[in-house]
Amino acid sequence: MSESLRLVKRIWAFIRREPLDDDLEDELAAHLQFAIDDNIAKGMTPTEARRIALISIGGMDQARYKHREARGFMTLDIFKQDFKYTLRTLWNDPSFTVVAVLILALAIGANIAVFSVVNTLLLRPLPFPNAHELVWIAPPPTKCGMSCATYSTDAYDEFRINSRSYQDVTGYFAFSGADNLSLNLGGAPLPATSIDVIQNFFQVLGVQAQMGRVFTAEDARNGAAPVVLLSNAWWKRQFNADPNIVGKAFDMNGKQTTVIGVLPASFDFGAVFAPGTKVDAITPLNLYGPPRNWGNIITLIGRTKPGITLGQAVDEAARVAPKMCWNNRYPESCGNYKGAVVPVPLKDYIGGKLRRSLIVLWSAVGAILLIACVNLSNLLLARGAARSKEFAMRGALGASRGRIVRQLLTESLVLSSMGAIFGFMLAAVLVEWLAHQGAIALPLLSLLHLDGAALGWTVLISFVSATIFGIVPGLRMAGGNVYESLKDAGPGASASRKHERIRSVLVVSEVALACMLLVGAGLLLRSFMNVLNVDLGFEPDHAAAIKVSYDDNVPNDKDGNLSAEKRGVIFQQILTRIGSLPGVEAAGFTDYLPLGQNRSWGLPYPKGLKPPQGVDGPLVYVITPGYMRAMGTPIRGRDFSWSDAPKGEQVVMINKSYAQYLSNLNAWSDKDALNKPLGNGGGSDLHVVGIVDDVHEENVDGDAGWQIYYPMTQAGPNAAELVVRTRMNPSSLAASVLASLREMNPKQPANEFKPIRLLVNHAVSGRQFFMLLVVSFAGLGLLLAALGIYGVISYSVTRQTQEIGIRMALGATAGHVRGRILTSTLRLALVGIVIGIGASLGGAKLIAALLFGTSPWDIVTYGSMALLLLIIAALSGYIPAFRASRINPTVALRTN
Amino acid sequence: MSPEKLDLLQGTLDLMVLQTLTVMGSMHGYGIARRIEQVSADEVLLNQGTIYASLVRLEQRGWISSHWGTSDNNRKAKFYAITAAGKRQLAADARYWERLKDVMERVLTMDKSAEGADA
Repeated sequence: MSESLRLVKRIWAFIRREPLDDDLEDELAAHLQFAIDDNIAKGMTPTEARRIALISIGGMDQARYKHREARGFMTLDIFKQDFKYTLRTLWNDPSFTVVAVLILALAIGANIAVFSVVNTLLLRPLPFPNAHELVWIAPPPTKCGMSCATYSTDAYDEFRINSRSYQDVTGYFAFSGADNLSLNLGGAPLPATSIDVIQNFFQVLGVQAQMGRVFTAEDARNGAAPVVLLSNAWWKRQFNADPNIVGKAFDMNGKQTTVIGVLPASFDFGAVFAPGTKVDAITPLNLYGPPRNWGNIITLIGRTKPGITLGQAVDEAARVAPKMCWNNRYPESCGNYKGAVVPVPLKDYIGGKLRRSLIVLWSAVGAILLIACVNLSNLLLARGAARSKEFAMRGALGASRGRIVRQLLTESLVLSSMGAIFGFMLAAVLVEWLAHQGAIALPLLSLLHLDGAALGWTVLISFVSATIFGIVPGLRMAGGNVYESLKDAGPGASASRKHERIRSVLVVSEVALACMLLVGAGLLLRSFMNVLNVDLGFEPDHAAAIKVSYDDNVPNDKDGNLSAEKRGVIFQQILTRIGSLPGVEAAGFTDYLPLGQNRSWGLPYPKGLKPPQGVDGPLVYVITPGYMRAMGTPIRGRDFSWSDAPKGEQVVMINKSYAQYLSNLNAWSDKDALNKPLGNGGGSDLHVVGIVDDVHEENVDGDAGWQIYYPMTQAGPNAAELVVRTRMNPSSLAASVLASLREMNPKQPANEFKPIRLLVNHAVSGRQFFMLLVVSFAGLGLLLAALGIYGVISYSVTRQTQEIGIRMALGATAGHVRGRILTSTLRLALVGIVIGIGASLGGAKLIAALLFGTSPWDIVTYGSMALLLLIIAALSGYIPAFRASRINPTVALRTN
Repeated sequence: MSPEKLDLLQGTLDLMVLQTLTVMGSMHGYGIARRIEQVSADEVLLNQGTIYASLVRLEQRGWISSHWGTSDNNRKAKFYAITAAGKRQLAADARYWERLKDVMERVLTMDKSAEGADA
């Protein structure tokens, strides 16, 4: 009780010290007077009385000090004092302060921003309650794309019923593309993107609607009234954040669809499951309607019961998998999923691939911070040299060494705190900008924000960096010999030599760090260039695609031939019309574009041979005549034609890799798949009419897999993307293409006319993002290193003014002086570069996995980066060297 | 008087101040310091200045109170008086010191016979 009372009073005393100090002064004065009075009464002279009184008090200052110590918080008082003093000195040296704070703000800001990214993608749990229970259930990676990573509705049911480890299992329809929803509000239909999820999706993830409700089992029944959940962003953008939206119905894809809820802003389907895309609406997937026969369409996500380990879940999935059937009506399809049901933590699925990149990025900003600290150390040392007399004086007046170090550390702390404040603001801008880069295909990016952890990180790194850059100059200053410093009248004294050695070590380490950053950035940059030069199998420039809506429904069409015929007519009309537009060179349809979604339909095999088990089938694309030309993919053989009719001979085109595989099976004497029939698991034979180049279907930096193309008149497409090739800028065609489509079909929504180049950009955006970040950090590191070199050389020139003057007076030429200084600069830089290259060679393994077509020990990169550093070092040394060569000997010799 | 004065143990000064105020009533800092010096017959090493650290500690704990007043010889001075809480604290502290003194006395006066009797 009494102690807490005291604490409160101490805090109060700390804040309001002036009146208490006045009080104490009065009290001490009274004390002294009493004592003097007593002493005089004893018969002393007034002078003697006063002297004795002071002795028995034991020193007025000590009394004050002890009183204050007991009364308030002495440590804080000292800190306050140091703090005020620091502010004053920094204020008096604005150029130093601005440079120091700027350097720190850049380094700390970059660190906070990268930390936020790392935190969001790697450290923080996913934005769902008990996110550690969530698992992604899929087979190990295969080359048949999403079809092999998904499950049929029957398989889903079987898995859900037979698994005991899960609270529940859910999933979503994996094959819906962008702009698949057309919202009709009266005017032209508006394009949007929706995704079908199993009705328990939100319960499993633990996401509540912000308004209204999420789906129930009722919503996914056969014949249920159509309902939709809106994403927060779409609700705000399209519906002006209408607070009464729940219950309203809109025409979506021609059906009156009721809005049952709005999702919270913290849930972004695209950010979690489909990086780089935006999902506007979510609709319930009717598992027991038509999807029953669509094959592998569902991705699985499970929530394990509390206490179930991943190992238990994996074991159980391995036991359940053989019981799962592709379709319960075909018993031979049971067991297809053996070995293909493997739960992994959802977080690993989403962010796991980025772990290495993020670690590299984190190391890069760490290096930046180190370079900044070294720079600051250097600046403080230079400043400290100028202030050494001040410290020596304070030491002589009784300041302890610890007290001076404390003063200097306070300065560092104030500087780093200021840097941290500006850095935090900088990071806020960066993070805000990053969160709105929807085109970057990185997961969770839109959920990026500065949080408490980022703030904590800021505090931590600013303390750590203050200690790092403050301790060396602090110890240097405080350790100085008082006598030497006071006597040291000017430049050229021996104390400064030691000083310079420390600074040289600092510069060398700075150059070494910058060198490592540059080499890393160079390797990533070169990899990125290689990625851009990959032969994609199509020409991404001068072409664009737009999603076209069409209606090929024919009532009572048993085998689909009637609807295929109708579709053929529609597409042929559209292509004729579009092809006649000025500027259009070629046009064609596909259902999936490359570098996007994909699926497979089994393994067509040379007729007469039995297809092997366990070989993944080629990816399937359903296209029209003209598509290959529109994409710029060369064909050997012939393109499809409109006379490849539904009932005619079934034709396909295959890619080179697949053709190669089939040819090597020795079914054909000429080892050429062209014009050969392929058996198709019970269906009609497929005749290979063309062989096309390998197209990168999933990513730019991987190998192309097998592909097979069916004509839209013989197979059912999942959608229709119209690809138009032009000699002009593709966007100049957007208006006329859309207008033509509208004329033919008023229901055509104003879908985006996307340049094909964008698909490629999107596919490489993750790599580009990391590359750009590392390159800009390397640039920053280079700048800081240049600054450091400049600072040291320029300081040493100033220090040697007199010496240079003497040399010049004795006949040294300006060129000679410049040469000497440049040599010493380059010597420092070279040592740094050698160390940096050595460290890079050792550390290159870390980055190897991120490279493409580039060796981690690429000589060109190492050489050019070393050269670049040398040039920069020479430039930063040249300015002070030039200044030195202009020294006027008479002036230089007079200044001292 | 021994050649070296006694160093005050931690907390003893506070106890002396409380006791002095209990016996003498309201007093100013100088008076308290002089009184302690007189009672201890100049045996303790007391820098009079340190009394003010003790006074502020005691006051912050609520054991003494202070007010500005006028001394006998008409000087302005800050007077301290013990509070009820201070009296309780003094009683507790005094008991503690009594016990400690007894223990120290027994320890310092022990002899072999006591050890043998125990064994």
